[in-house]
Amino acid sequence: MSPVMLQHNQISLALHQVREGTGRALLMLHGLGDSAEQMSKIEVKWNGPVWALDFTGHGQSTVPRGGGYSSEILMADADIALRHLGEATVLGRGLGAYIAFLLSGARPALVRGAILLDGPGLAGGSIHATSNTEINDIGERAGTAPDPWALIELSRDARPPTYTTTFARLAANGSGIDEPIAVACKVTPPWVEAIAAEPGVITDISMQDALDVYAAL
Amino acid sequence: MNPETRTYPGARRPDRNYRHHADGVEIAVYEWGAEADPVLFLVHGGSDFAGTFDVFAPLLAAGGWRVVAWDHRGHGDSAHSALYGWDADIRDALSVMSSVTRVAAPVVAHSKGGALMMQLADACPYRISAMVNIDGMPSKRRMPDVPDHDQSRLLADSIGSWLDFRHVAHDSFRKPGTLEELAQRRGKMNPRLSIEWLEYLVTVGAQQDADGWRWKLDPTMRFGGFGPWRPEWASLRMAALTVPFLGLLGTIDEPMGWGARARDVLPWIPSSGRLEVLEDIGHFIHIEEPVRVSTMILEFLS
Repeated sequence: MSPVMLQHNQISLALHQVREGTGRALLMLHGLGDSAEQMSKIEVKWNGPVWALDFTGHGQSTVPRGGGYSSEILMADADIALRHLGEATVLGRGLGAYIAFLLSGARPALVRGAILLDGPGLAGGSIHATSNTEINDIGERAGTAPDPWALIELSRDARPPTYTTTFARLAANGSGIDEPIAVACKVTPPWVEAIAAEPGVITDISMQDALDVYAAL
Repeated sequence: MNPETRTYPGARRPDRNYRHHADGVEIAVYEWGAEADPVLFLVHGGSDFAGTFDVFAPLLAAGGWRVVAWDHRGHGDSAHSALYGWDADIRDALSVMSSVTRVAAPVVAHSKGGALMMQLADACPYRISAMVNIDGMPSKRRMPDVPDHDQSRLLADSIGSWLDFRHVAHDSFRKPGTLEELAQRRGKMNPRLSIEWLEYLVTVGAQQDADGWRWKLDPTMRFGGFGPWRPEWASLRMAALTVPFLGLLGTIDEPMGWGARARDVLPWIPSSGRLEVLEDIGHFIHIEEPVRVSTMILEFLS
């Protein structure tokens, strides 16, 4: 099925319907360098419709020139998908897990549970002032998905615990859900460790168990 | 239509200008001074453009430098981009600098440009031979009089507002006005600069359409807001610089200023550097006192 194309400034975002269903939607967010197509292969038991989004520079979404990526811009990608779907539970892998988490804090009334899975781009970059090498040419890979600038910039995107815990608190305070975030990943970089210690975050839970918890809301 | 023009004492348009392709993003580059002179890079701040150097750059060029500046992506005559980011600005800068010279050159940078260049100097010390930072040194200022729960609410509002704007960003446009109206609008951000200067800036930094003048700054760009960046990272990078460093700081707060004070900045000045505080001057030090500041910089670089 052809994806629904949604506009985010100069970017056309491809939102794929993985399958139809009745009830609240499940929005799947892929990992760094991955795509909705790969994400949709995850087997989930969910009664509602299941959708998967290609982030900017990935899959069938537009690949812009010259980079400039941030997790916040990808959060805006996901927010545009969320407005199309209405209330949804969000399942993210790797980078998509971080975006699902940010979105749960930014749109607590619309995100009915964010589930975080292991995957590429989960850790992000250093949380200290580092001397990142600067390059300014990606040659013939420019303009192809996954965008090399996305791979470079989003793999070193800073996620300081003081920043991420704020989003966890926004989700806990604004969602009306006891535990709006479920950490179902085995890898626990500093930002995940920090939010795991916050109220409103479920840990030691499987993906399907977390889906069941949020399906029952 | 022939655009209206203004002149300003001492202002001189660049001797050369051209387009540079920075990985698909077209960057407008400007040069003042003889091509055979040693290169000096001049970097503008956020929401500014290279034309704001029309008085300052010729003074540096008269000191024997080939002064090269550019409009950052989304600013001035450079292309509007789908995405904007700190790293992208640094990469564009590196791309322009590499196209001009492969050897280390001095950099004079204002405001956000100063912070960008400190990060570039930290990442690529072989590119920069000396640095002048004009009021682009951060401080770790917080809002001590705002309780935590109110700060969280402010953040939630800020995030929601930013996300809402992203939904309509593709329809955003700059409001047109007369030359005088645009100058007055900018005057709210630059309250210490003369109306004659601001009107001159309109003629070199805005475009005249059938329905009036518009600033060229990409309307999808929004400044301020939220993000993971911590000002202390820039302070740490500044302390780690190994090139000769001159920091210039005004003492009067302005809407576009960073609010840094000498006591905030001094602990982070690199061992190779010094800080000069100019009393009774605002954020645009080089525009308020171009002769004095250019003289200080030329002495420093000599």
